[in-house]
Amino acid sequence: MKIKALSRSGASAQAPGSNVAKLTRNLDPKQHPFERAREYTRALNATKLERMFAAPFLGDFQPGHVDGVYSFAKDPESLDHFASGSGDGIVKVWNMTSREEKWQSQAHQNIVKGMCWTRDKKLLTCGSDQKIQMFEPYTTPSRSPPTATWHGGAFTSVSHHRNLPSFAAASDKVSIYDISRTSGAPVQTLQWPSAIDTISALAWNQTETSIIATAATDRAVILYDLRTNSPLTRTVLHLATNSIAWNPMEPFNFALGNEDHNVYGFDMRNMKRALNVYKGHVAAVMSVEFSPTGEKLVSGSYDRSVRLWDRQKGHSEDIYHTKRMQRVFSVAWSADNNYVLSGSDDGNVRLWRAKASARQGVKSAALRQKLQYDDALKERYKHMPEIKRIARHRHVPQQVKKAGEIKNEEIKAMKRKEENERRHSKKGDVRRQAEREKMILAREQ
Amino acid sequence: MASKPPSRDSAPGRKSITAAPVLDADAQKRADFAKAASKQYGRGEQIRTKSVRDKKLRSNLKALEAKNQEAAFQAKQAEILLDNEAGLLETEHELEKTYRVRQDEIQQEVSIETAKKRFELKLDMGPYDVGEYTRNGRDLLLASRKGHLACLDWRDGKLGCELQLNETIRDAKWLHNNQSFAVAQKKCVYIYARDGVEIHQLKKHQEATHLEFLPYHFLLASISTAGMIRYTDTSTGQMLQELPTKLGPPTSFCQNPHNAVLFAGHQKGLVTLWSPNTSTPLVKLLPHHGPVRAMAVDKSGTYMVSASQDRKLSIWDIRMFKELHSHHLKQPAHTISISDRNVTAVGWGSNLSIYRPDIFSLTPDSDVRVPAPYMNWGGDGVGISRLRFCPFEDALGISHAKGFSSIIVPGSGEPNPDSLEPGTNPFESSKQRQESEVHALLEKLQPEMISLDPNFVGNLDLASEEQRKRERDLDAKPDDKIAKLKNKQRGRSSALKKYLRKSGQKNVVTEEKVRAREALEAQRAKVKDRFEKEKEAFGPALGRFARKA
Repeated sequence: MKIKALSRSGASAQAPGSNVAKLTRNLDPKQHPFERAREYTRALNATKLERMFAAPFLGDFQPGHVDGVYSFAKDPESLDHFASGSGDGIVKVWNMTSREEKWQSQAHQNIVKGMCWTRDKKLLTCGSDQKIQMFEPYTTPSRSPPTATWHGGAFTSVSHHRNLPSFAAASDKVSIYDISRTSGAPVQTLQWPSAIDTISALAWNQTETSIIATAATDRAVILYDLRTNSPLTRTVLHLATNSIAWNPMEPFNFALGNEDHNVYGFDMRNMKRALNVYKGHVAAVMSVEFSPTGEKLVSGSYDRSVRLWDRQKGHSEDIYHTKRMQRVFSVAWSADNNYVLSGSDDGNVRLWRAKASARQGVKSAALRQKLQYDDALKERYKHMPEIKRIARHRHVPQQVKKAGEIKNEEIKAMKRKEENERRHSKKGDVRRQAEREKMILAREQ
Repeated sequence: MASKPPSRDSAPGRKSITAAPVLDADAQKRADFAKAASKQYGRGEQIRTKSVRDKKLRSNLKALEAKNQEAAFQAKQAEILLDNEAGLLETEHELEKTYRVRQDEIQQEVSIETAKKRFELKLDMGPYDVGEYTRNGRDLLLASRKGHLACLDWRDGKLGCELQLNETIRDAKWLHNNQSFAVAQKKCVYIYARDGVEIHQLKKHQEATHLEFLPYHFLLASISTAGMIRYTDTSTGQMLQELPTKLGPPTSFCQNPHNAVLFAGHQKGLVTLWSPNTSTPLVKLLPHHGPVRAMAVDKSGTYMVSASQDRKLSIWDIRMFKELHSHHLKQPAHTISISDRNVTAVGWGSNLSIYRPDIFSLTPDSDVRVPAPYMNWGGDGVGISRLRFCPFEDALGISHAKGFSSIIVPGSGEPNPDSLEPGTNPFESSKQRQESEVHALLEKLQPEMISLDPNFVGNLDLASEEQRKRERDLDAKPDDKIAKLKNKQRGRSSALKKYLRKSGQKNVVTEEKVRAREALEAQRAKVKDRFEKEKEAFGPALGRFARKA
């Protein structure tokens, strides 16, 4: 007869003399009953915790601007510096880590329309006083005069080349200036033959460096190619575009912040239809920017809110607002992907978390593992009604909510009218239009 | 991954038409391993991704499927990390029988540490009806019918508390860990701390005869002499539900550890299955003809073993609700326990038979009349009142008229506990116990999650949006039955006539019936009218060809 019985000594669980208990695992599903229900409960708890920890607002930059903040420029060479320009012509350079002013100067007589940094850490600003100024905020004291000035035309926007010392400025045409030449005349000008309206936004593609996109007050979005020294396409939308941002990871994709409350994602190779329509704002989108990973978008709107978007989804992931924040005219995503900046009409520059519930402190390995596990669970059970409801819940200001309801009602009425028209006309006469093609009025090659 | 098919050895550019790929011995071994892994550690059937039309969904499902397979494979590989192997009792030739082996022979063979697990507690406070282990098998709770109550760490021999309640004790159960336990006394249920201090009196649990604790839901359930099942949430102290069984005093009570459904046995041989979400039983079984004296469900929730007063022992598959096997014992069994490794112990009279897990593979067709027991014990005239296998040990606790005995049953205990599963770590320190208690409370399951299929949580509700809208809409007009029937004229007997015929008692007049009768009259008049008209139109000669209906 063979006889054997279980024999576990206490030492097998904890070695004598040590105070560390051994963790034994047994992955047999029989040992872990109610697996699904327990996972679901954990996912529910994780979702609740995420909403509990959601505190997106970090603080503002002191002392703020006296007038509204209408332009931003992130220094591509420095993680913790950026510049903001206000309505009274003052430009300030901020330190992100201490949230303090590093440098400031009276750059223009009037509103600062656009700004950008050069690769040698100088700041270019353009204002409605028909000047482009160059400053050296890192080497000169505050209130020092500009080191260079360019005249000519009412400039609305500037954008620097990725690595060459040249920048593009927009007025009624696009002028390319060479910083190393001090003659002051543009080396190159680009213009759509028939267009005469003021260009309101300009963005130089930082990856495909020969492409420039502009948006003009005649509602047209024009793409230029510097290699052929000519414009590529002109697309007229229903309403004017306020802001353009290139995707840093996919050089052919860009986003437009439009007056019709929407953000549009476009592929420059196919301007027939938008890649995506980001709906959610209830007033004109004033500014839009991609995250450095190209996966997310941030937009600031005239409805006093900032919205964050996933590139592939149509609805916003999050909405940021405070009681005191007025119309948002400029937004930026920090280069480390963790923070979002907003500049608004009330003169404050605000710092937000890019992920409302994330915390940046040093985390233990156990905590990191826990957070990863929670994320996986939330992803797995996101379709469950209770979890979906909690994850989607946001406090939205009353005006925005009301405006959204009214807007919904209006859109429904318009749709109803269209349907009626369709029903009462000959079959095939009135065609349905794709939501992604609706806003395109005309295209020219 | 091992399940990957071997690389194609035909020339590129040519389609190979060979049916089954030829596997070498190594690949075959790997494939077998992967198959075994997904059988043991996989979660149900694989999704057939090929039939999915949606491209994105298909690729998502494929990725998920690959992940699941990989997880199962790795879990199988991690088996080499398991510390212990299960015990065994095997014969070496045909003349040896395992049921002839006596306890003192086993005690001589096993290690000293294990031999200590066989002991006797001689107590003279009358029949001991309760001998319960905690879920990690470390502590033991003893209670006699006459009111003697003791809890102890049985391996170290440390006494937690010893009380004389001077009241009848009908049942006692540990709660989620070894810090508290519930006792069903003469009038109501009390909760005591480990040191014997009374913490709560559950006045609403009146005259409870049996107790069950659902550890993942933190629910204490009792069934009373009046046949009322009551649930109390022990984490909040709230009474959850009172369910009348309406079947008289219960004769047995147990839980299915797989889905937390309660089983109540009744006088008439009926077994009813209960969840706190429905006021009627989920299922009614009729395994016996006399009172159901004892029941037990195995850990995977697949099999139930029950015994009745008419001496029958019956094994059921409770997924299909079909009897697999039954036979008669010499005396009616009063207690049954199934171990983690599906070893079944049945106590009848003063005897005890232990069966191997292979009794669950019996079918009605198999020619085994009475399965041979694995081990036997007792027969000395001391009535056995409760059997409990000790979790994670090869020990069986027997409460009987003269105290408590612990015997060694090789191969009954799960050899490898999981120390991260709350409440099942036999070596947990107090710190670990506190931590796991908090974790268990955080992931406490809601009582709504109790159902026959515990994996329904997280499934999609496939009711269509339309249907759900209809259910939500409380203002909707109830559909008019009579109007519907009026338009339905098919066959010889009209729908209305059929409705009147089938709608119950003739002498009860309801609005609906009146309307139906009126509609029928109107219909008949219409038909008659049409017939008259047709007759008129056909004229006197052809009038007889007019259609009557």
